[in-house]
Amino acid sequence: MAASMQHVYVGAATGVFKGVNLAKKTATNFQNVASLSREEEICAMCWGNQQESQVCIGLKNGLVKTFDAEQGEFTDCANCAGGEGKFTGLAKYQESLVTCVESGLLRVWKDEDKVDIEVGKDVCRMRQNHALPHQVATGGKENELKLWDIQEPEKPIFKAKNVRNDFLDLRVPVWVTDLQFLSEQKLVTCTGHRQVRVYDPATPQRRPALNVELGEYALTALSVTPDCHSVIVGDSQGSMVMVDLRMGKVQKAFKGFAGGIRSLQCHPSLPLVASCGLDRFLRIHDINTKEMLHKVYLKSKLNCLLFSSADFTQEQTETTKKQKRKLESSNITEEDEDELWGSMSVVQDSKKADKTKRKSKSKKLKKLK
Amino acid sequence: MRYPPTSWSIPNFPKMATSKKKKMPVREETQDVDNDSAMAVPSSAIPPPNISSIKNKMRRTQEFIKLKRQRRKEKKELQKKKKREAEALGDEAPPKKVPKTIENMRVFDETMVDPQDEEVLHDEAHDEMASYFTRDSRPKVLITSSDRPRSTTTRFLKELGQCIPNSEIYYRRGLDLKKVIPQALAKEFTDIIVINEDRRKPNGMLLCHLPDGPTAHFKISNVKLHDEIKRAPKSTEHHPEVILNNFNTRLGHTVGRMFAALFPHDPQFSGRQAVTFHNQRDFIFFRHHRYLFKNNKRVGLNELGPRFTLKLRSLQKGTFDSKFGEYEWVHKRHEMDTSRRKFFL
Repeated sequence: MAASMQHVYVGAATGVFKGVNLAKKTATNFQNVASLSREEEICAMCWGNQQESQVCIGLKNGLVKTFDAEQGEFTDCANCAGGEGKFTGLAKYQESLVTCVESGLLRVWKDEDKVDIEVGKDVCRMRQNHALPHQVATGGKENELKLWDIQEPEKPIFKAKNVRNDFLDLRVPVWVTDLQFLSEQKLVTCTGHRQVRVYDPATPQRRPALNVELGEYALTALSVTPDCHSVIVGDSQGSMVMVDLRMGKVQKAFKGFAGGIRSLQCHPSLPLVASCGLDRFLRIHDINTKEMLHKVYLKSKLNCLLFSSADFTQEQTETTKKQKRKLESSNITEEDEDELWGSMSVVQDSKKADKTKRKSKSKKLKKLK
Repeated sequence: MRYPPTSWSIPNFPKMATSKKKKMPVREETQDVDNDSAMAVPSSAIPPPNISSIKNKMRRTQEFIKLKRQRRKEKKELQKKKKREAEALGDEAPPKKVPKTIENMRVFDETMVDPQDEEVLHDEAHDEMASYFTRDSRPKVLITSSDRPRSTTTRFLKELGQCIPNSEIYYRRGLDLKKVIPQALAKEFTDIIVINEDRRKPNGMLLCHLPDGPTAHFKISNVKLHDEIKRAPKSTEHHPEVILNNFNTRLGHTVGRMFAALFPHDPQFSGRQAVTFHNQRDFIFFRHHRYLFKNNKRVGLNELGPRFTLKLRSLQKGTFDSKFGEYEWVHKRHEMDTSRRKFFL
């Protein structure tokens, strides 16, 4: 059962798949390193079921492996090759797998038959709406954000429109690098041209409701905070900032990164954010205090991560409580202490200066006895 | 009031301690008890005069010199004494203390590579430089500079070209680096070196491995060319041996591998030339020498030049792309340089 205790799963560019237990501070590798090749690079990950006991990982060569956390090994391997390029997103919808590749082929793998959706070239990310699992959103380079219903694959529900031309009347290039559902309806995207945008498909307006420009480097990953008021974005140079979506301003910046961020995810309930990237470290920050709580060296360049919704701080406190109890039991009561002090003999020193004082003290003690 | 000292002082000592030395304090104690009232401050307890309180400057200086001299004398004596003791003890002498340096007190780095680590070995066996180390590709280096280089930089380029075999020097001719890379790829270059200059002096080096990166950006300092080095003979066209020192962390390994991939395999030992990349406190010292074994113990070195120091600024994944490229490592001064004993290579 030790394997079921992982709190963060990470997939690396070398094909290594690791689980990290934050309470025990251990990292376990679930794959045989020697047998891996560059073709087995992990490109996308998703939970295999609601209980988060299974993890699906999409490899560069088109395979989707299923990892069972309880057994601690890979149980299933399906060939989901189709289209060209790496996987940009994986999702589970009613026991069937939804995959999307860079060339723009979004496929729903029901048993035997497949549903294909052509979402456009150079897709950078596909994500599922966790509130309405039949909805997925896609976006990429020169490929605006689109919202799809898997049950009606003919036409997107919503297709975003590019922002107005800039002050020189030039077209603003499109490059959606990551996106996420903000609530049931709203969507947040970050772009390679440093913008964070909020779209609301419920309104007739197709342009973003909010458009914020940040920093200097291309944004690579984002995650919505548990309170849904702000979003945390990471960039290719290794800076991670939190943007308030109500004010459209940078709220705080997180420190400690050495390289570009590839993936980041907030904990669904706790104020924690996990991030990984090219500097080979997994970092856990506290969202409120900005403090770095964990920093784990995982030896390979990390591509993607999954943060379990389990509340691991409870485990931590339990262990600390146990330790405290232990300490208490080993504590000596005051009476014992007095006895101990009484049984100890008086220590003497050869130094002259102290002598007079100590002597008088010892005399007093003698008198008392 | 008097009582026999044995009644309360002996239990304090361990039973083995029966030597005179240990009993000494007890005796003293009894004496003290005897002439308790006669206790006086010993004459040696007069504190030395405070030199800084002397108001005459000349005298103050003299006194200070005197004090210094005395202290030095005491120190010398102590050293001599220690030496004598060590000689007397022979083999049993306590080992010499190792001086504390910034390097040996280095802050622990978890990315330090263990040579038996399977995962790191696997990662390195499949990285971008792997084709060089498996001898599938032969290095071919393009050396260029920033646009319109001045004479120091052009001479530096020439000497770098002499030092790296199978390299070609090109004028930049105002070309974008992003346009140079595909052309270099077409001509099967494996590396591009770009020297940047500022105020007529080289100050930056970009080392870009082809075809898919990585790209390292260094700061260059202390460039000494062949002419500026005394008694430097001319270098020959032999393939030099490459010495890489102290590239121990995971980042250091990558950088070291990039340097190694610049030079061809199988050095020509008849040339007796060696190129050294020595990393010390994150500064990489480049030296080019000709050696001569004078006898079994002594080696003569002759520096050929050029000589310079590099410091890593950033390491980028992929070929040069300053706008959208992803960084593997960036040196962030204010965030990372928290301790003088912390190093990254």
